[in-house]
Amino acid sequence: MWAMALIALAGCSMGCGGGSSHKNSLNPAAISASNVQPVVVNSGPAGNYANGLFTSITICVPSSSNCQTIDGVLVDTGSFGLRLLSSAGGGTLTLSLPHQTGSNGGSVGECALFVSGFTWGSVNTADVNIAGEHASNVPVQIIDPTFATVPSSCKNTGVPENDTLQSLGANGILGVGPFAEDCGLACAQTGSSNPGMYYNCISGSCQIAAVAIRQQVQNPVALFSSDNNGVMIQLPALTGAAPGLSGSMIFGIGTQSNNTVGLAEVFPVNSSGEFDTTFKGQSYPAFVDSGSNAFFFLDSGITGLSTCASNSGFYCPTSTQKLSAVTSSGGPNQTINFSVGNADTLFSNRANFVFENLGGPNPGTFDWGLPFFFGRTVFTAIDARSTPAGIGPFWAY
Amino acid sequence: MLTGLCALICSLPSFGVLGGDVSSVEVDRVHANASLRVSQGQNYTVHELRSATGTVVREYASASGKVFAVAWRGPFLPDMKQLLGSYFEEFQKAAQAQNRRGGHDPLIIQQPGLVVELGGHMRSFAGRAYLPDEMPRDVQNGEIR
Repeated sequence: MWAMALIALAGCSMGCGGGSSHKNSLNPAAISASNVQPVVVNSGPAGNYANGLFTSITICVPSSSNCQTIDGVLVDTGSFGLRLLSSAGGGTLTLSLPHQTGSNGGSVGECALFVSGFTWGSVNTADVNIAGEHASNVPVQIIDPTFATVPSSCKNTGVPENDTLQSLGANGILGVGPFAEDCGLACAQTGSSNPGMYYNCISGSCQIAAVAIRQQVQNPVALFSSDNNGVMIQLPALTGAAPGLSGSMIFGIGTQSNNTVGLAEVFPVNSSGEFDTTFKGQSYPAFVDSGSNAFFFLDSGITGLSTCASNSGFYCPTSTQKLSAVTSSGGPNQTINFSVGNADTLFSNRANFVFENLGGPNPGTFDWGLPFFFGRTVFTAIDARSTPAGIGPFWAY
Repeated sequence: MLTGLCALICSLPSFGVLGGDVSSVEVDRVHANASLRVSQGQNYTVHELRSATGTVVREYASASGKVFAVAWRGPFLPDMKQLLGSYFEEFQKAAQAQNRRGGHDPLIIQQPGLVVELGGHMRSFAGRAYLPDEMPRDVQNGEIR
């Protein structure tokens, strides 16, 4: 896996996947550093993912050499914490990890909400190893439809349950967004201010629980002993579409010679994990999300892009449209040029799974999904962590 | 505290704010243990509920007192079953039937009599639901936010 990724990267510097950017070509010395993890964009373990960024991680029973490596884990800057799909859900995880114990002696369960679905399962503890980095006793979610009856407050979101390989499209999700935990203070409280993400479960029946912040599912990067202030994701540029694309996730920001911010502009992120994007003179809330598989922005009325006949969640202009928008956080701003093609046409070539110009509607919001990362070096700094470029949370590119 | 917990987890009958009478806003307010602020639009009133979890729900009622749209923004999703009422099942079915290619994408449901749009990411969600056939004349869907 390691050797193959090396070859793929070396190949990319000579122009794989329809082209690469010289400014982002990797220093070969960086590839062997202990904070560098290979990542790949491909169809994923379910074989049908478009623009899915995947990596592998090794988890262990805490303080033991009883470990398992899980491939096909989605790298997601739009969420926080590690989630692994159990074998009961069709995932590759077979390692038995200790359950986190709730205040009433039961097992802690979690309903983690993503926009397109929720993941349900238990909270367990693992040691996490990625590249040369190590985090001990990390609370992780084990996605498992058989763990306990899905609580009604979770079902009442109305969004689909993504507890199978087919519905999740991955063997897990590695949430490396700009916060250290997936909920925060609200989930540590009792009463009506608790949103109902965490549960105490006994004999398959679950009640909403208060879980201390440090016991909530954690972004493993925040728990690394070093390089723990954020991540840098580097993917080559792509023109058009390709079957696959290889790049790197480098841990730490300004902690090593291979993760300096350099000339990248820093965009502070607000408490909602967002900044602003201006399109056609109007400003909208926005975020940078490697776990979204397209540029998801606004609606047909504003963009002039019609949605697709067969893939209605995407845009289908008759010809590829060149667009631009300005990202900002009050201070610095940066113009982003991007283009949106016809998703129905793009998907009709079944050999391709990486698309430079995939777009879709997202009324009132700008979601800079995975295509934003192509040809860029994107830094995601964790809340309250200091870096040479300032204190997180921020994005820099 | 018990009352607060009950407001959150006790299963209430489905009153249905969307498509319901404006008085159902009060049911929602109690359900979410929220504070309420009412403001007047051109052809409608807006009832804004701020729940204890920090999520703000705005309910749009026509002059005749019917709730024709709801919108939400905040760190957590509101109780969609409570908010969509009799339209919840239609939303749920349509959401399951989405043709996806992976990714944490916005969820957009466009049925003949119902539009639901859900976006955002973990720790920040925003969206709206409205009944196109029940919108007062001269109200643009861009006003629903």
